[in-house]
Amino acid sequence: MGALSKFEIGGVLARQGILIAFVLFMIAFTIANQRFLDPDNILGVIRSSAILGVMALGVTFVVISGNLDLSVGSMMSFSTIVVLDLHDKIGPALAIPAMFIMTLALGALIGFLVGYLKLNSLIVTLGMLSAIHGLTLTYSGGKNMDIADKAGTWFSVFGQGSILGIPVPILIFALLAAVLGTMLAKTPFGRKVYAVGGNGVAATFSGIRRARVVFMCYLLSSFCVATAGLIQASRSLGSQNTVGQGLELEVLAAVILGGASLMGGSGTIFKTVIGVLILGFIQNGLLLVGLQFYAQYVVTWIIIILAVWLDIAAKRGRLWSPIA
Amino acid sequence: MSRPDTGQTPVLRLENIVKTFPGVRALDGVSFAVMPGEVHALMGENGAGKSTLMKVLGGIHQPNEGQIFVEEQATVINTPLEAKAKGIVFIHQELSLAEELSVAENIYLGELPRKSFGRVDWNKLFAETNEILGKLNVSFDAKARVGDLSIANQQMVEIARALTVDAKAVIFDEPTASLTDAEKVVLFDVIADLKSQGVGIIYISHRMEEIFKITDRISVLRDGQYSGTLTTAQTNEDEVTQLMIGRSLDLSRNVSHGELGDVALEVRGLSCGHLYQDISFEVRRGEVVGFYGLVGAGRTEIAETLFGLRDPSAGTILLDGKEVRINSPAEAIAHGISLVPEDRKGQGLVLGMNCRDNMTLPQVDDLKAGPFVAEGAEVAIFDQYRDRLDIRTPGWRQLVGNLSGGNQQKIVIGKWLSMHPNVLILDEPTRGIDVGSKSEIHNLIRDLASQGYAVIVISSEMPEVLHVSDRIIAMYHGELIRTFSSEEVTEDNLIQAISGIRSDKVA
Repeated sequence: MGALSKFEIGGVLARQGILIAFVLFMIAFTIANQRFLDPDNILGVIRSSAILGVMALGVTFVVISGNLDLSVGSMMSFSTIVVLDLHDKIGPALAIPAMFIMTLALGALIGFLVGYLKLNSLIVTLGMLSAIHGLTLTYSGGKNMDIADKAGTWFSVFGQGSILGIPVPILIFALLAAVLGTMLAKTPFGRKVYAVGGNGVAATFSGIRRARVVFMCYLLSSFCVATAGLIQASRSLGSQNTVGQGLELEVLAAVILGGASLMGGSGTIFKTVIGVLILGFIQNGLLLVGLQFYAQYVVTWIIIILAVWLDIAAKRGRLWSPIA
Repeated sequence: MSRPDTGQTPVLRLENIVKTFPGVRALDGVSFAVMPGEVHALMGENGAGKSTLMKVLGGIHQPNEGQIFVEEQATVINTPLEAKAKGIVFIHQELSLAEELSVAENIYLGELPRKSFGRVDWNKLFAETNEILGKLNVSFDAKARVGDLSIANQQMVEIARALTVDAKAVIFDEPTASLTDAEKVVLFDVIADLKSQGVGIIYISHRMEEIFKITDRISVLRDGQYSGTLTTAQTNEDEVTQLMIGRSLDLSRNVSHGELGDVALEVRGLSCGHLYQDISFEVRRGEVVGFYGLVGAGRTEIAETLFGLRDPSAGTILLDGKEVRINSPAEAIAHGISLVPEDRKGQGLVLGMNCRDNMTLPQVDDLKAGPFVAEGAEVAIFDQYRDRLDIRTPGWRQLVGNLSGGNQQKIVIGKWLSMHPNVLILDEPTRGIDVGSKSEIHNLIRDLASQGYAVIVISSEMPEVLHVSDRIIAMYHGELIRTFSSEEVTEDNLIQAISGIRSDKVA
């Protein structure tokens, strides 16, 4: 019976592994650095996770529909640069909708290629990662973009303002999470996203227009990216062309950490929010214990691998299995 | 216990095997023995525990209690590799071959013969493979690419692979599921050959005719428990069925006709490339039209055309007398056509979704309360069809993937009945499901006809088409050979028609 109880511990670890690991991390960080559980630090972590979080909300739809979106990082750079540039040219009131339209157009292009032409989403969005980066550099001529009058614009409210003591980025993240979470869980569209990702053929055989659903997921994702770009631009009021570089992997890590399966068909907005916070706290904790900032790239990779492994292990019900 | 009184040692013996999963006792004290040179059928409804038992034998699951004996040596099997090393070989229903490699490479995968410097000894490889293939009397050779072979021949490659080890017991899991009659004959020859070499064979199948043709004894599982072993020569289908489901089954010809209504669907001169040509037929309300033919005769393709999944190259489709063009499943559904597809898991269900959501998927846009899905209405639909179809599930939250095959198929049927279709097409409605659910589905089909539905049933099982159909359309190689009324059809003229023997073509 010894073998049996070992098996059961493995099963529990497999199913709840990410939460257990998170709790262990939190305890270790708290012991290592008293500042970790400081309310200011916690609020700071959530605020700095908001941009990543907003993007992860959209990518959650894409991943549940059974696809990937690796273009969100470079698309976010594009949105940020465009809105900063247009801010001084046509004013913030027009710059914001103009930037949203351009970003949505990029999302629509990806949605068309993956949804209607049925091209592999990994290839399409990996290509778009590079293509949009080129587009951004062409647009900016490679120069950093800055708002001329940084003190005199209301544009800074999205990234720097606060309402009732709560930073606006957190409010935007929370509001968007509530709206998109309801959409995914409660509307016919949300149901169709799960069906298409769970079994696209069966969804088609049930009369669901699969291409349209996939298209809408990418459009939603680009809307979230535009929102993230707005927060980013508003927070710094100036930006490099590479501001979103590498974010696509962090976003994906957060979504997978939350428990969405890369095979599609499972995951929720709530879980993604949890995933975003886990990632944020772990990165913050590592900084507080004195790890170099650049080491975070390695840590993010380790977390992704851990999350993917535990995702598979949870399906098998054990950590290791002789069959695939 | 089922040890026969011959003096021989069983090649494989299971004693009191128990396997539990959280909340389920999947195997509850299963014991039986396979003798050398015996073909031993393992039968039971879906969910009876056959698959779990095979996974225990194959080293994928470990039993919680009980012992496995190979030639009376107590044995623990930890991995599939260990099972193979001990001479227990599986021929799976779903083939696991590398399509891009040659037959020989597939057979010796992982243990290719070597020359110096680790180079593959191709001459030896092909020679040894051809020797094995010679025993199987097959039409392809060692160098053929596996992807180019028919499913039946791919199965032969799997069997050849089994022959490379010193197999003591070979387990066939639904081996004839996708074979033609001619291919079955070859398979049965191979099994007879293995038998004569003293190999013990476990043969898992739902098909009674096969079981009675080739097996020596039949062991039956019911609800994870061993319910008995019968000697094939001394029993009959009724007795086996009773062991499986605890009652006997009526598969007599159904001759009661209801009132026929208007023509709901008419097809004129429909063609689709080389798949089928010049098909004309009509289906009236209150009528079941059966489509019978071999796999590849074009029956499924006609259904897919009617459901908007294929574009016809010629011909017209009329619904209630009006010509329609159907370009997608969504349009077919809007026209009142429903299709219960051939591949339940691949096309019919989202396995990771719960029962309720699967059932209401085609109408999720219509069940709305404001912008949201009206979940109360969904539960009401689910409850209604759960009761009507007797779907056994703990509740609507249960994931469909956790249900037995029969209950899964009922979810698919419920999904399409709840759309109140004008034309209901069922493609292989009872494939791979247990006898109990099978007869319930047959009764349901007759009920639907008497309630005025226009029903098309596509099936490869002759007793099934004969049992449920008012008229039977026989197809061969994409052609409609003949339409039989239920009075004129016999097993003989039906077999002739689908084999391309068309001396008495009437159409």
